[in-house]
Parts: sequence; C-alpha cells; structure tokens
Amino acid sequence: MKRRTFLKGTLTGSMLGVAASAGLLAPRMVLAAWPKAAFGSKDVNGALTGLYNSTDTKMSNDVKIKAPDIAENGAVVPITISTSMKADSMSILITKNPNPLSCSYTLGDTTEGFVSCRVKMGKTSDLIAVVKSGGKLYSAKKTIKVTIGGCGG
Amino acid sequence: MASNKIRIRAKMKGAVAEIKSLMSHPMETGLRKDKKTGKKIPAHYITEVTCTHKGKTVLVANWGPAISKNPYLSFEFKGAAKGDKINISWVDNKGEKASADATIG
Repeated sequence: MKRRTFLKGTLTGSMLGVAASAGLLAPRMVLAAWPKAAFGSKDVNGALTGLYNSTDTKMSNDVKIKAPDIAENGAVVPITISTSMKADSMSILITKNPNPLSCSYTLGDTTEGFVSCRVKMGKTSDLIAVVKSGGKLYSAKKTIKVTIGGCGG
Repeated sequence: MASNKIRIRAKMKGAVAEIKSLMSHPMETGLRKDKKTGKKIPAHYITEVTCTHKGKTVLVANWGPAISKNPYLSFEFKGAAKGDKINISWVDNKGEKASADATIG
C-alpha cells in the first residue's frame, strides 16, 4: 500500500517537472524542425504551403531581388533578397528547379530584411523571393537566364 | 593548420553589424552521378545554419541541396557593437556539425 502511494507521488512529481521544463524551454524564437514537406515539394504552391501554410502572396515593390540577368554558371548564382519591411521570414524559390524551395530564413527581432547567398539553378527560370511580414506574404519575381545548368547529373 | 569549416567576417557598418560567412561543404544534391561507377552520389547538404549573438538567435537558415557548394551567407542585424562575439553553427543531413565564433570588428 505504502509503496504504491509512494510511486504514485513520484510519478506525479516528475510529470509536473517535465511540464515546467517544457514551458521554460519555450525559446523566444521557436526553432521548428527542418521543413521537409516544403523542401520536398515539386511545385511552388506546395513549398509555400509547407512553409507558411498559405499560398496567398502579394507582389510587392518592397521585396527586392538582386541577381544577375544571365547566370554564367548555374551551379553558383549569387542572390540577394531584401526588404525594408519588418520581416519574420524570407525564402527563395526557383520555379524550374526539381524542388523549387532552395532556402528559407527565420529572422530575429533585430535582424535586417537582407540575406545574400548563392544558389544552384538547373536552367533558365523565375526566381521568387517571398517575405513574411505582419502575418502576410509578399513576393517579387525575376527571370534569370542560365547558360550552363547547375544541378549536375 | 586545421581546415577552416566556417570563415566569418563580422563588421560594424554604422548601426548595423554586417556578417559575411563562407562555409566548407560539398552540398551534394543527390542527383549527380559518379562518372566512374555510374551511381548517384548521395545527398549531403547543410540543412540548418544558426547565428547567435549574446545568447540570442539572430538568424536561422533552413537550406536545401539547391544552395551552392561551399556556401556563402551574408546578413545584417542591429543591436550589436564592435567587440561583440557572434557564433555561426551548422548541421547537415548526415548529422555532421560545425561551429565558429567571430568578433565584430
């Protein structure tokens, strides 16, 4: 009898402990798991749904894409996306790549809406930059011509 | 000299800290074929890059195989000062990791 009560008490105590630590562990910037569905999607809408649970994007002049008109080497295409909006997230999609989503960035409170990286493009394609700000999705598009494809194989 | 997996240049540009980094990684898409064996080279790419400043996460990058080999990443954030330390770490799809610190100049 006594043992049972003792064990019951211990279990309750430890469960409370787990709950407390889970609450305490909630970081300000939630590190979500790698968005597998988004990266695995073969189309832009699927990628956006996987990332933001929405495909409702609005073209905006405040989403800027700096990229070459013609990429000499499809394996290394330098891209800079920027915005003056307070962005929570920025993503780059390459419509004609096997999987359009190339990268997605989650920005901290004091991080500027500015990211520069290099992507692979399989062939001439549209590059779409998506910015999430104030719960809404904004986008811009640029066509980049590729002379030598970068996906290999 | 150990191979430098993450090279970082961190500089104050007015009120903003400008971070430029270069990471050493094959970023294999998994679509390329080995010319000798004809077999596909397995996908091996960085999936996540995290930058922290004073214990706060400044940027999380979720990457796929379409990021170029030996990835370059540049971004900017406010609220930093010369002499502050930042850290950039990455993890790839095989679970390999790398991490480097830099001081903002």
